[in-house]
Amino acid sequence: MSTTNSPGAVTHDYIPGFYIGDRPKVVTSRFEYEDSHTLERFLATDGYNGLKKCLAMSPQEMHDEVRNSTVLGRGGAGFPAGVKWGFTPQGVWPRYLVVNGDESEPGTYKDRLLMERDPHQLIEGCLIACYAAGLSQCFLYVRGEMALAQERIAVALNDAYAAGYIGKNILGTDFSVDIVLHWGAGAYVVGEETALIESLEGERGMPRLKPPFFPAAVGLYGKPTIVNNVETLANLPFVALNGSAAYTAIGTPTSPGTRMVAVSGHVKRPGVYEIINGSTTFRDIIYGDEFSQGIRDDNDLKAFVPGGGSAPWFVEDQLDIPFEGKEAGAAGSMLGSGAIMVMDSTTDIPHAAYTLTKFYAHESCGKCTPCREGGTWLMRMLERVIAGYGTDADLDQMREVGQTICPGDMPHASSKRLDLEAVPFPYKMTTICFVGPSAWAPLHSALTLFPEEFEAIVTKVPKRVSIPVTALSGADA
Amino acid sequence: MSRLSDHNVVLAKEIISRYPKQKSALIPLVHLSQEQNGYVTDDAMRHIAELVNVTPAEVLGTASFYEMFKFEPVGKYVVNVCTTLSCALLGAGELLHHAEEKLGVKAGGTTADGLITLEPAECQAACTEAPCLQVNYRHKYRVTHADFDEMIDDLRAGKLDGEVPPHGTLGTQRQHIPDDKGVGAVHPDDVTGGPAWIPAPVPEESN
Repeated sequence: MSTTNSPGAVTHDYIPGFYIGDRPKVVTSRFEYEDSHTLERFLATDGYNGLKKCLAMSPQEMHDEVRNSTVLGRGGAGFPAGVKWGFTPQGVWPRYLVVNGDESEPGTYKDRLLMERDPHQLIEGCLIACYAAGLSQCFLYVRGEMALAQERIAVALNDAYAAGYIGKNILGTDFSVDIVLHWGAGAYVVGEETALIESLEGERGMPRLKPPFFPAAVGLYGKPTIVNNVETLANLPFVALNGSAAYTAIGTPTSPGTRMVAVSGHVKRPGVYEIINGSTTFRDIIYGDEFSQGIRDDNDLKAFVPGGGSAPWFVEDQLDIPFEGKEAGAAGSMLGSGAIMVMDSTTDIPHAAYTLTKFYAHESCGKCTPCREGGTWLMRMLERVIAGYGTDADLDQMREVGQTICPGDMPHASSKRLDLEAVPFPYKMTTICFVGPSAWAPLHSALTLFPEEFEAIVTKVPKRVSIPVTALSGADA
Repeated sequence: MSRLSDHNVVLAKEIISRYPKQKSALIPLVHLSQEQNGYVTDDAMRHIAELVNVTPAEVLGTASFYEMFKFEPVGKYVVNVCTTLSCALLGAGELLHHAEEKLGVKAGGTTADGLITLEPAECQAACTEAPCLQVNYRHKYRVTHADFDEMIDDLRAGKLDGEVPPHGTLGTQRQHIPDDKGVGAVHPDDVTGGPAWIPAPVPEESN
């Protein structure tokens, strides 16, 4: 696949993790350049022209453009950004913008690319959001473990301040805003927006109880606060520059524009791809020539995670579903943060589920009991089962613990093989945030779609020899 | 002697000045202290408490929540091997086992020479490049056992000094807001009225 022959373009189509491709580009249009992160390259490729157009409009007009574009939040919930901005109460000041760059959902790799490869695009998106929604200070919260992203953003901010794109009286207008780079320090739960705000206030990153008070009304320092994901904001320069009609011309009416999707696991060409939103199917993404090109060694597909580690799993029956929120939801899962993890026929399903349940048990902040205790119990029981010391009763106990986290019917995919009907998304939950249900969702999918793999390794009566249940957890505790 | 140095106090005050409330600077300042000392010392936490007007217990209370903060000395290089699903599917378990053998320590331990700490880690947002690891939070992609050995040998020989700063240094580049360009942070209680570019009354639809 060739790339465009613009001056300075790199000669290969692969940047660690990313394949450029010949599809419409909204957020990766500069990725072909080695120096895509510099102000020089940004300005040479329409950079900050969206901001200029934005400043020529009234804030209300810009807000309407974003609302009409239906840019959906890319952090996981998929809520339209323009609508979210409208939830700020009138006449309450100041209002803040908090950028969620705490990307840590298993399988997800897009925000880091956008921050490393095109930090000015993100900055421009932040400025547009601040202008349109009347946000007077912006905090760019970047995951602590992303050293390169922080460095690139720090340099980009310094350059943009020097050039007058950020700060007092931007481009000679009365629009003034500071953007502050903030470092996280390693906590998955901080990706939840209220936990992010707690962390930004210098507290332990524990989610706040909501409803009734959402951050748009009561957020940072108790003031109206918009929390937007990095990819969401990176879409805004395109909308400002080309208009909402150009944006909605790509994708489908319910899912306009493009989406960054990371495909990992047992595929021939794992990578991040900017796909047409809403219409591209999972089969296209996993098997298509311009995407992941099929399963490694031409093995059969066993299962795949459609939307990040929190999402219930799909199997081959769901391959023809498009990458679209409502359809994925009806089929029993969610698109989450745009991460597909593929497991081929050689995969040990209980062990695969274990790596995810371990992740969420480890990342529980400890605020809600069903998550703190339940996630850990699930992990420990699964350790015992994998070690060959589990019984039928352990599997029942897992389901019972799962019920305390997500009471009622748990969403799962349909399976022709097992003659199972799908249970649509979402689930009910007894915890404040999604970390608790996320410890159960992958294990529930594994137990529901591949029961035989668990039954094969458990016994009817406990084995006489017992091992400490912590034996497999290593130094992870 | 592990309070913040004079140089870092200047940086700390600049960082604090960017936030509407001082306590927001707590996590960045703990990072700064870890950069100075390699880990977070009690004296540094006391010093940070003075700088942001909270108690030392509050500093520890916040800092102890976050995995990147180490309260005991660690190696000059912290090697985090990702063990979550995408990496696990492509050999992360074997890589971690190999790392333990190569370094002669169990995951979580530090080599006898105090140079390298090995940790199992959760997802590092490089899932397409599995199996991956980080050295002081700098990524290494698609790491084979031979790659791992070479990297360790290079770290020991100092060949990666330019690429990988010692543990604690997050970004080698810092944000700096020039005095004449910055708007400046205002305590939220001191803000009266909407921003200058928003016409009053606010022309927003109610919905």
